[in-house]
Amino acid sequence: MGKRVLLIEDEPNIIEAISFILSRDGWTVHTHSEGDTALAKLKAQTPDIVILDVMLPGRSGYDILQDLRQTDGLRDLPVMMLTARGQTKDRELAERLGVSHFMTKPFANADILSAVRALADGTGVGDTVIGRAAPGRGAVNGA
Amino acid sequence: MKAPANRSVFLARASFRRRRLRDAARMLPILALVLVLMPLLQTGHPEARSSGVLIYLFVLWVLLIAAAAALVRPILPTRDETGSEPEDTA
Amino acid sequence: MIVSFNTLVAVALTYVAFLFAVAFAAERRAARGNEAWLRSSAIYTLSLSVYCTAWTFYGAVGYAARSGLEYLTIYLGPTIVMVGWWWGLRKLVRIGRSQRITSIADLVSSRYGKSTGLGVIVTLMAVVGTTPYIALQLQSVTLSFSVFASGAGGGWGEADLWSAGLWVAVGLALFTILFGTRNLDANERHHGVVMAIAVEAVVKLAALLAVGIFVVWGLAGGIGPVLAQIDASPIARWEQSGGRWAGLIFLSGAALLCLPRMFQVLVVENADERHLGTASWAFPLYLMLMSLFVVPIAVMGLSLLPEGSNPDLFVLTLPLSQGKDGLAMLSFLGGLSSATSMVIVATIALATMVSNHIVLPVWLSSRSEGAIVSGDVRGVVLLSRRLSIVGVLALGYTYFRLSGGGALAAIGLISFAGVAQILPAMIGGIYWRGANRWGAAAGLITGFVVWGWTLFLPSFGEGGVLSARLLAEGPFGIGWLRPYALFGIEGLDPVVHSVMWSILLNTCAFFTGSVVGFPTPLERLQGAQIVNVFEHSDGPRTWSRQAAGAEDLLIMAQRIIGPIEAQAIFQTEARRQGKQGFLPDVSPEFVDFLERELAGSVGAATAHAMIGQMIEGATVSVEDLIAVADEAAQIMEYSNRLEAKSREQERTARALRDANDKLTQLSIQKDAFLSQISHELRTPMTSIRAFSEILRDGGDLKGEELTRYAGIIHAEAVRLTRLLDDLLDLSVLENGNVTLNRQQGSLEELLDRSVAAAGAAGALTVRRNRGREQAILDTDLDRLAQVFINLIANARKYCTAPNPELRIEVRRIGDRDVVDFIDNGDGIAAESRDVIFEKFSRLADHGTAGGAGLGLAICREIMGRLGGAIAYQPGQGGAAFRVTLPGRAALAAQ
Repeated sequence: MGKRVLLIEDEPNIIEAISFILSRDGWTVHTHSEGDTALAKLKAQTPDIVILDVMLPGRSGYDILQDLRQTDGLRDLPVMMLTARGQTKDRELAERLGVSHFMTKPFANADILSAVRALADGTGVGDTVIGRAAPGRGAVNGA
Repeated sequence: MKAPANRSVFLARASFRRRRLRDAARMLPILALVLVLMPLLQTGHPEARSSGVLIYLFVLWVLLIAAAAALVRPILPTRDETGSEPEDTA
Repeated sequence: MIVSFNTLVAVALTYVAFLFAVAFAAERRAARGNEAWLRSSAIYTLSLSVYCTAWTFYGAVGYAARSGLEYLTIYLGPTIVMVGWWWGLRKLVRIGRSQRITSIADLVSSRYGKSTGLGVIVTLMAVVGTTPYIALQLQSVTLSFSVFASGAGGGWGEADLWSAGLWVAVGLALFTILFGTRNLDANERHHGVVMAIAVEAVVKLAALLAVGIFVVWGLAGGIGPVLAQIDASPIARWEQSGGRWAGLIFLSGAALLCLPRMFQVLVVENADERHLGTASWAFPLYLMLMSLFVVPIAVMGLSLLPEGSNPDLFVLTLPLSQGKDGLAMLSFLGGLSSATSMVIVATIALATMVSNHIVLPVWLSSRSEGAIVSGDVRGVVLLSRRLSIVGVLALGYTYFRLSGGGALAAIGLISFAGVAQILPAMIGGIYWRGANRWGAAAGLITGFVVWGWTLFLPSFGEGGVLSARLLAEGPFGIGWLRPYALFGIEGLDPVVHSVMWSILLNTCAFFTGSVVGFPTPLERLQGAQIVNVFEHSDGPRTWSRQAAGAEDLLIMAQRIIGPIEAQAIFQTEARRQGKQGFLPDVSPEFVDFLERELAGSVGAATAHAMIGQMIEGATVSVEDLIAVADEAAQIMEYSNRLEAKSREQERTARALRDANDKLTQLSIQKDAFLSQISHELRTPMTSIRAFSEILRDGGDLKGEELTRYAGIIHAEAVRLTRLLDDLLDLSVLENGNVTLNRQQGSLEELLDRSVAAAGAAGALTVRRNRGREQAILDTDLDRLAQVFINLIANARKYCTAPNPELRIEVRRIGDRDVVDFIDNGDGIAAESRDVIFEKFSRLADHGTAGGAGLGLAICREIMGRLGGAIAYQPGQGGAAFRVTLPGRAALAAQ
């Protein structure tokens, strides 16, 4: 049972933290830490939700998102982006590229959990608008 | 030590004199020209003789030379007056 | 006749040899620096006697025999000018001295903005006006020879006259070249020539007085009888034409100022202004004595000699007819003296003008720029002067051959009227600042043309150059253009007619041109300088900005005035400026001074052109124009200021733009930096927050999970602290306010310490050659260790080889010790090598929790502070960094 989340992130400690939080809520978490092979992994796995870091080795999260939105079958995939560079222009860029939800590091564990839930229910798509937090606040208004 | 006032009066006098003599030196050629042209008044006159004019001109000549010679030394600039000499109006 | 012709030739040659000796002795004395007596006012006065040529010596008597007392005008005019020296000549001499004038053409050229064109015009006029005069002297000498020759029995044919004239001309050319072109600088003047002329002046005066005394007291029997004789002669009646009397006095006075040879002796050869004062009465005295016995000789000649005798030769033929051969011989020498001195001085004056105003400008313009430095100008100037001397004499001789030779007086007056055309330009130039070159050129050309038409061309006689019909009816039958009746005014004496019209039209053209035309700045400057010569004791400031080097100027000056003189001038100037050696600063004053020195050799226009070629872009500066001080100058200055102002504004705007660009750049860098810092701080923060929330929320955590998560929080907190430390460290290093703690220690120990601190043990095999690590260091060892630790730690973290290995090699390159850190990994890609020392340049690694990419940036800063360096070494098989240790000098300086 449980829906599958693909976490694309390169910091081992962050991977471990998110994996722990989501799996305790019943999600199946797969992880991947390479930017350049991320898209292939996505096609192969077809998860329900993707959590995507921006600064990845090999390829940036933005590039991956852009390609993903032009790939048949992945077009409507909910994508949540995580970044440590919490500037407004980063968020704007992500929204232009079609991100489903944008979140700045560090985050509250409850926020990430509720965001993933909302995305899985299909109700959280509009959240990106609500979730336009000030850079650095890291809080997502959506729960 | 002499009083400065006396000195300046003395100098002014000397330079005043020199300036008047320079005026005279300026007048000399004009006077000479007039006197040299004088014999023309007599030209063609039956009584006018060349010998008379000759004597007149040579006497005039000698006087001019004497006047010029007498003027040279006093009008030359003195040592302290070398260089510029303003065209005086004093 | 007892005097044989051969005796006469022998006497003449002896006399000439004597003159050579006098000139030579004078030059020798002057060369020994003993020239004071050569430069006395007596010598100066006597040298002025070149005014009295053979025309005076022979011609005055002939003139008196034909026209009575009219001959006196020729000597009264100069007398008036001389006694009026305080007005005119004094100024002329002062100008000549202060501007280093070399000739009358130079004066006119110099006054009107150093114009080359005016120099050419005046030179040509002088040559045309003087050539007949020189011919006249040749003629009188040959005539006097022929008198003796015919007296000795052998009548002379034309061929004999001509060959005699040729020999005289050749001899004169030789003398003139020898003594007239010995040195170039007119300032050194022609001692030999002046001395010879002074001797000749005495000889001719003595000869004329001797003949006169003989005639009055030997022949007539005293003063009374002579006067009676005069009254009985054909010239007894005083029937002088007023026009001619006044006109000729004017003409002769003008000639004294304008004749090239008179300008030469009066102005150029003048050594002391006071001499002019002496000459102001002594020269009129000389003229008076020369004129004194003219009428008695003429009258006695007319009464004693047979009808039809040439009155021009009475001075010679009267003693001969009375058997006074010795007196006749003296008289002959007097005539010879008069002729030769005039020819010599006139030739020198003309040759200087031709050379300076025609030959040199042509030569100069035919040369490319810079030729003045390399070419031998001195040689060219001397050669051109010598050739000009030969040329002028050849012209005179040719004229002598071609012209029939009219009465001496007629030729002399034509010549006078010709050179008098320079008078308006000259007088206007030195008294009227408004005079300009257009006026001068217009006046000169107009006067010259009118003179040529009304006097010079007709002088060749009817059918000579102008046909008889043209003379009578005018060109193409235009009556008002008849040469002797311009504008229909008839019945005037030809000379008076010509002088009146030429000078009148000349003056009008001069005035009109000056009023209508506009002078150049240099011209106005020169005008102010010359008109106000008594107020300006210092020279003009003509050259403003000096691009020319002192050395170039010295080289040029040496070519022109000779090495010794040039070096002396430069050395004196250098000493005056308080400098050693030969090269003074090229100040405007010095360049002006130098230009005037050169002008003394080659004329103002040429010297100006030469200096101008040397000094780039040199023109009259704004300051100079203020000296001229009138509204145009001020307008010019104003516009210059405006230009300067707008340039300044442009500069300011550019500076502002630059500053703005820099700020923008800095702002972008700051943004990027902040963004980077944000990322580096947030990443550990994320883990810390996430795991601390997990621990806080509790739940069913196992004991090992608890420990593990607490460990992660701790590690990330340490990472965060290190990052903050690095940032602070870098900031301190970059701002430069870091204190270095100097210590001594061996390199080996330092490396031991670093390897241990970097945690290399176990993770990395370190290979070292301890034998090479024995250098003793004297620097901040802790900072150096920081660098080493960073490099070793990098190798430990990033070396990808299965069995990581690090070689630490110490070697000596030049006088510096270097330490290389080389691992066996993949190394750093070529495109990344440029950025690894930048902040936050951490290359995309594999998530190994490491530094924030500040390590190498800090290393670079540290090595810079210590006086060493750090660089990436490509081609070593892996990542290789070379640390260049601080040099000993740099260490000592710390």
